[in-house]
Amino acid sequence: MAKFRKKNKGGQPAINTSSLPDIVFMLLFFFMVSTTMKEVTLKVQIKAPEATELAKLEKKSLVTYIYVGVPSKQYQNLFGTEPRIQLNDQFATVSDIQSYIAQERDAMKESDQPKMTTSIKADFDCPMGVITDIKQALRKAAALKINYSARKKVEIN
Amino acid sequence: MGKREIPEVNAGSTADIAFLLLIFFLVTTTMDTDSGLARMLPPPVPEETVAPPPIKERNVFSVLLNSQNQLLVEGELMDISELKEAAKEFIENPLNADNLPEKKEIEVPIFGVREVTKGVISLQNDRGTQYQAYLMVQNELQAAYTELREDLAKRKFRKSYDELDEDEQKAVRTVYPQKISEAEPKNVGGN
Repeated sequence: MAKFRKKNKGGQPAINTSSLPDIVFMLLFFFMVSTTMKEVTLKVQIKAPEATELAKLEKKSLVTYIYVGVPSKQYQNLFGTEPRIQLNDQFATVSDIQSYIAQERDAMKESDQPKMTTSIKADFDCPMGVITDIKQALRKAAALKINYSARKKVEIN
Repeated sequence: MGKREIPEVNAGSTADIAFLLLIFFLVTTTMDTDSGLARMLPPPVPEETVAPPPIKERNVFSVLLNSQNQLLVEGELMDISELKEAAKEFIENPLNADNLPEKKEIEVPIFGVREVTKGVISLQNDRGTQYQAYLMVQNELQAAYTELREDLAKRKFRKSYDELDEDEQKAVRTVYPQKISEAEPKNVGGN
């Protein structure tokens, strides 16, 4: 009865690594698909409001973003705790919006310019005063297509 | 029977497993798409223009939102959950009531001559209104229009509004034009 015999006598057997490339590729694909390039770093805290009648923003290249919210912790001693506007990577005031819109519009293709949409990404708790000022500035800048960014509300009925 | 080689694990199917996983993740991950409420702002009003003719009281559905996020609809305090029905009744005016908006007959493609409401929803908010509250009101008003259009599409075409082609959608939109006017905000509550 020598069937049960100690097996590995000389060295450990090599682990089969022929599937490693597959796994690596899989991870690669996964990250390629799921990551969205972040163009700006948010300097304001935004918790999106909720709504149900949402429309999707289709072409990213046509959209200009305006962020509104309370500055993040590390900027609070500089910019206070009142809701502020962020355009691109920096804090701005309402008066900067017109030139920002004009600049963004110039960067677009001429055929796309009428389709330009401005997405207002504002915190749910910020007062309407700021938003209204932005809206008035956008009217002056003739950027009339806007989109109030919101999350899908989970309905409980 | 001295040295026996350890049999290798068959690795031929790991590639399949990897692809299976890949496809699983591809299907389940949702990309971070932006969504929101689409709106058109009114074009800037040049200064020194003649004031537009006043709209009749019955044609205006006034919605006021104060800094405490309370809703005043047509002079009455209202909960946000009732706003949609109230707006729908205003737009539709099913019984041709005197206090609800007038209608005028216009030629609509596909539908022929139809009565279209002259009603305008006027939304006014305070500078201190919470953004979420404002958006909820906008949302409810939008929902009222969406439901009316959906109803009409179901009745006329037996299809959902989203499934209609462009001309049909346009016709439905002509029957129920979305007229939400936003007045300049007041600053009563302060902020």
